[in-house]
Amino acid sequence: MFGYANPKRFMELSGRLLPWLGATTAILFAAGLYLSFTAPPDYRQGDTVRIMFIHVPAAWVAMMGYGFMALASLIGLVNRHPLADVAAKQAAPLGALFTALALITGSLWGRPMWGTYWQWDGRLTSFLLLLFLYLGYIALWNAIENEVRAAKAAAILALVGVVNLPIIEFSVQWWTTLHQGESIFRRGGPTISAVFLWPLFIMAAAYTLLFFTLLLVRMRTEILERRMRALALAANA
Amino acid sequence: MRALGALLVRDVRLAARAGGSAVLALAFFAAVVTLVPFGIGSDAKLLARVAGGVLWVAAVLANLLALDRLFQADYEDGSLDLLALSPLSFEGITVAKMTAHWLTTGLPLTILSPVLALLLNLPATAYTALIVSLLIGTPAVSAIGSVAAALTLSIRRGGLLFPLLVLPLLTPVVIFGAGAVLARLDGVENGAIWLLAAFSVAAVLLAPFVGAAALRLNLSE
Repeated sequence: MFGYANPKRFMELSGRLLPWLGATTAILFAAGLYLSFTAPPDYRQGDTVRIMFIHVPAAWVAMMGYGFMALASLIGLVNRHPLADVAAKQAAPLGALFTALALITGSLWGRPMWGTYWQWDGRLTSFLLLLFLYLGYIALWNAIENEVRAAKAAAILALVGVVNLPIIEFSVQWWTTLHQGESIFRRGGPTISAVFLWPLFIMAAAYTLLFFTLLLVRMRTEILERRMRALALAANA
Repeated sequence: MRALGALLVRDVRLAARAGGSAVLALAFFAAVVTLVPFGIGSDAKLLARVAGGVLWVAAVLANLLALDRLFQADYEDGSLDLLALSPLSFEGITVAKMTAHWLTTGLPLTILSPVLALLLNLPATAYTALIVSLLIGTPAVSAIGSVAAALTLSIRRGGLLFPLLVLPLLTPVVIFGAGAVLARLDGVENGAIWLLAAFSVAAVLLAPFVGAAALRLNLSE
């Protein structure tokens, strides 16, 4: 695995991989969106059920993104590999984006279904906190000028966050059961039938691939930027 | 051990003397709590209901005031480099700093809280829950805050970034702390105080190691 972590080999490999990855993502999105729109309307949710197909995968990828970021941070911290730092750094804005997407589509779904854009429900609240964790991580990266230090500090923050995330999740769940009287809204209802499951899974695959496609693009840009800076420094010297 | 004690005493003295952070944090705590009735109205029943939460939120915010500069002043004037050369380990430095912070912020806030609770009309039954929860919970605030302070010590305008880093991590403390007070008000037993204690113990035990790692990376070149 670490053989490919050499930036030069990474650039070669990712350059070859990227068109395929992008094409597969596009095809999956086309198929997923087609199925999402041709699926029959839910007997309770009506057409709003279609929001689920773009909402749920976004939430999944948002959480996966934090896990990926923490894992890359750990590798960067332990193996001191700059490419892992680049991966963690570039995963954060994507994760924040998917978190925001999940929050926005969730509230758009909540309006017709729950009658409100926002509910202090356990999952909603912990996603809002996840967004803040992402933003804090990005802000820390941007605030420290020295790249090596910034990478290490951000990695420590990501790991503290990943240890704390289950506790935050638990405390928020605990808190909503404490306020049980207010949360009359329940998600779910009957178990999902196959007509809805297929578009959901295909969209999940599409979102996941989109995350990694964009991640590769961002990582390549970052590596090229670093090379450019190094060249500029060498030219000035 | 002697070095640790010396650092602790020095930091407590610095915070306690004129212009130090201890009195300012207390004043801030009182000012925020005083503002709340102006914002939400003076209805005694409503105030009694929200008193625990308001005091907890204000206490956490007041804690942040002194936290972001916990290591920064020493980093800027070079004392931190000298501390690094001393027999103290980085873990020891973090422990001393975080303990000094709690002694000069968390503890005084806890002592002041009943007076402010009186202003907010908190029913007498909930006072023990308030004091005990603050006593147990504020060390966790100092611990998590000192980690973030160590991470941001080289950032010049770190004070702006600091709350964004720390507040999401502190939500469990606020939830369990305020939850313990609310449970007492409602006369139910929900275990909030034990969850708070567990969180606090874990935070206090882990923070020195994470803080030390953060100090190490900031002092290495």
